Amino acid sequence: MSGHPPSTYEPKTGIEKWLDARLPIVRLAVDMMDFPTPKNLNYWWTFGGILAVCLMTQIVTGVILAMHYVPNENMAFNSVEHIMRDVNYGWLIRYIHANGASMFFLAVYIHIARGMYYGSYKAPREVLWLLGCIIYLLMMATAFMGYVLPWGQMSYAGAVVITSLFSAFDQVIPGLGTAITTWLWGGFAVSGATLNTFFSLHYLLPFVIAGVVVLHIWALHVPGNNNPIGVEVSSKADTVPFHPYYTVKDGFAIVAFFVLFAWFVFFAPEALGHVDNQTKANPLVTPAHIVPEWYFLPFYAILRSIPQKLIGVLAMFGSIAMLFALPWLDTSKVKSMRYRPTARWFFILFVLATLGLGWCGGKEPDDMVMTMGHTANGDPTGFSVTWLSRILGIYYYAYFLLVMPILGLRETPNKVPTTISTPVLGGAAMPAGSTAQAEKKG
Amino acid sequence: MGTAGGVAALAWPLIDQMNPSADTLAMASIEYDFSKVALGQQVSIIWRNKPVFIRHRTPAEIAAAVADDHASMPDPATDASRVKAGKAEWLVLVGVCTHLGCVPGFGGGEYRGWLCPCHGSVYDTSGRIRHGPAPKNLAVPDYAFTGPTKVKIG
Repeated sequence: MSGHPPSTYEPKTGIEKWLDARLPIVRLAVDMMDFPTPKNLNYWWTFGGILAVCLMTQIVTGVILAMHYVPNENMAFNSVEHIMRDVNYGWLIRYIHANGASMFFLAVYIHIARGMYYGSYKAPREVLWLLGCIIYLLMMATAFMGYVLPWGQMSYAGAVVITSLFSAFDQVIPGLGTAITTWLWGGFAVSGATLNTFFSLHYLLPFVIAGVVVLHIWALHVPGNNNPIGVEVSSKADTVPFHPYYTVKDGFAIVAFFVLFAWFVFFAPEALGHVDNQTKANPLVTPAHIVPEWYFLPFYAILRSIPQKLIGVLAMFGSIAMLFALPWLDTSKVKSMRYRPTARWFFILFVLATLGLGWCGGKEPDDMVMTMGHTANGDPTGFSVTWLSRILGIYYYAYFLLVMPILGLRETPNKVPTTISTPVLGGAAMPAGSTAQAEKKG
Repeated sequence: MGTAGGVAALAWPLIDQMNPSADTLAMASIEYDFSKVALGQQVSIIWRNKPVFIRHRTPAEIAAAVADDHASMPDPATDASRVKAGKAEWLVLVGVCTHLGCVPGFGGGEYRGWLCPCHGSVYDTSGRIRHGPAPKNLAVPDYAFTGPTKVKIG
């Protein structure tokens, strides 16, 4: 890993020397622990470690669930009930896995928002950011296919709606969309063949994610971490070794995060689920109010707010494509929004707009945000969820396509400190030995 | 060129295996006896894993559909083109919303035809899309009346 300083590892025993000459794996681990890390990282930086633990939790519980689950359209639903009622601690392992998906997305959204606020996507970290976006896409595919496996009513409806998104391509080349959906389904509708395909891919993709995570960490270790002031490390005085400083800090954050996780698992295990999924999949009936899991709601709201099918689908996928383009859309040279007072407000509005879209995604499109009257049939009229979704969706896009390119050229940023140590030490150049008290900021 | 052809030839079986298998394709047609479907009733049966609605329409439903034949709609079609001649009371539809594949319910929406619960597409009593995000009318499958009370779908 080229960003690492010269290795300090000295193999001492004979066996260590023997191994180091053949596979320097202990050296790799020691160098990772010694990695010089900016000393001012705040708690928003702990979500990378939290996400690593989330991935491991999902893989361990998922492999165990696959020992008891049957990927067959006639048996899948009952095998999940078997896990919940009969398998020893099956209820616990499944609730950890199901709520683990939500916790994983909660952490990844905070991780992404942190990167957006502190400009972690800017040079020289574009590849690191792109790899993160790929992980996020893989997470969405994995979560979607996992949600189909219990083969309940919401599983089925979700599989139908998401796979049918591709039928929009019929409007580009007639027959193309149908060919894609038929291929995905392995039939003329979502069926047992679809379930088996999804099970296979749901088992595979987490290991692909783990592989991309390795690349993500590699790409992190080349330039090193960004930090809350967004100024690159200029000397050893700006850094502390990863261990013990950040192993302890990340460890504390992981414990705190798992308190919330455990609360969901033990006290509200179905709070994030849907009651319709307790009914076995029935292709003849679609539940009256179908919604995706909470972590997909903002994109669902964008899809639904556009009356034209193809444009709606493209707008939904495009909202994720924006993340990939962000490093090249933001024209500001200042990384951290701590020193971009105008950008900070636009960012806060962006977070609120995304949360607002999530709220809209959970409502019926014709629900009223503000009722102004009634039609002859007694249906309310006024400012509907659809219109709120449109306004928020336009702002979502404008943040990437207008605010980021234009604001960077026009705003006057506040004065950026010259080094990481300056804001704490009052601007005076200090000898390296005197920076110890600055670590409480970390 | 040769290499690309070789790779494509090797890749195709790995891709095509996901397409419908022979036994799935073999379920191409079904027959249904509709003698017990009373006036104003509808049954949903499964054909190729998809719901098919067989609706015994009332004269009022037919009249409402015919009256709107020339109204503005996204996918214009006359009611007569969606039923078999002389059998306007029997409407046979694939019960899959042309937006994103949900199963619409009957009796909702301002045309009192079908209303899709997912994204609010409104169909009339001929199964034609009137408004909402769906681009096409509810599909009419290939079918034929094989006896006084029998219909063969597919």
